[in-house]
Amino acid sequence: MVPVSVELFRVDDRLIHGQVIVGWGKPLEAEFIALVDDEVAGSDWEQDLYRMGVPPEMVVYFDSIETAVFKLPAYLADPRRGIVLTGDVESMRELVERSGRVERVNIGGVHHRPGRRERLRYVFLTEEEEAQLRALERYGVEVSAQDVPTAAPVPLHELLVSGSGA
Amino acid sequence: MSKTRAIVISHGGVAQSLVSAVELIAGRGEVFQAVSNEGLSAADVVKRLAEALDATGAHVVFTDLPAGSCTLAARRLMRDRPALRVVVGTNLPMLLEFALRESPGDADVAAAADRGRESIRTLDGASVR
Repeated sequence: MVPVSVELFRVDDRLIHGQVIVGWGKPLEAEFIALVDDEVAGSDWEQDLYRMGVPPEMVVYFDSIETAVFKLPAYLADPRRGIVLTGDVESMRELVERSGRVERVNIGGVHHRPGRRERLRYVFLTEEEEAQLRALERYGVEVSAQDVPTAAPVPLHELLVSGSGA
Repeated sequence: MSKTRAIVISHGGVAQSLVSAVELIAGRGEVFQAVSNEGLSAADVVKRLAEALDATGAHVVFTDLPAGSCTLAARRLMRDRPALRVVVGTNLPMLLEFALRESPGDADVAAAADRGRESIRTLDGASVR
C-alpha cells in the first residue's frame, strides 16, 4: 500500500480550532493543514485570523476548492503528514469528485443551521447534504463521523438513521 | 443598568463553572455573564457573543483558548467594536481580580490579566515547608 501523507480529510464548520490542531493534529503528527474554503481563500483578514490558531510547528495553506483540486496530488505526495479541511459537506464533495483522489472523509463537525436535522451531537445535515454524502459513498469514499480520535467513528449508514425525527 | 461588566465565553461548561465559583467565593457572580460555544457553529458563536455584549452593555470578554472558536468570535467582533477588550487564557484568579475591582476601564482588564498570569506556579514537595 502506498503511504498517503494526507492523514485526514475532514469536514468541520469551525475550520481550524482546538479539536483539529490538538485533538487530531497531535496524534497524527500533522505538519501541515490545507484549509479549503472559497471565502477564506479570498480574504486576507480571515486567513490572518486562522493563521493565529496554528502553532509554529505547523504550516497552513489557504486554498479555494479550485486550487485545492489542482494541488491535491502534491499534498498527497508531500513527505509531511497533513490534514485537508473544508467547512461544509458541499465543499468536500466538490473536492472529492473533481480530484478523484480521496478515499476517506471524516465528518468532524457540522452544526445547526435552518434546514439541518440533528443526526449526532456534532452533526446536523440538510437532505441535500445527506444526499451528497450518500453520493460520496457510491463514489467509493468511506464516510464516517468522528469528532475526536478517541471517540468511536460512526459509519455513514449508521449516521443517517440516527438523530431526531429519523 | 446592568451590573454585568464582562462576558466569559468558553468551551463546554467552563464559563458557567468559573462564574459560579466567583459567586461562591466572592459573591460577585453577577459581574459576569457566562456563554458556552457548545453545539454552535462558528457563526453562531459570534452571534451568541454579540447578543450577550449587546444585552449587557459589557465591553470586556474573557475567553479560554488562544485559537478556539470563542477567541475567534471575539476577534471578529473586535473588528467592529473598537471599545472591546479581550483577555485570553482565563482562570479563576483572573476573574476574581476583575470582579473585586470597582473602577471601570482598561486598568481592570490589565490587572486581571496580570493576576491571572502571576497565579500560575508549580509546587514541589521540597519547596513547601
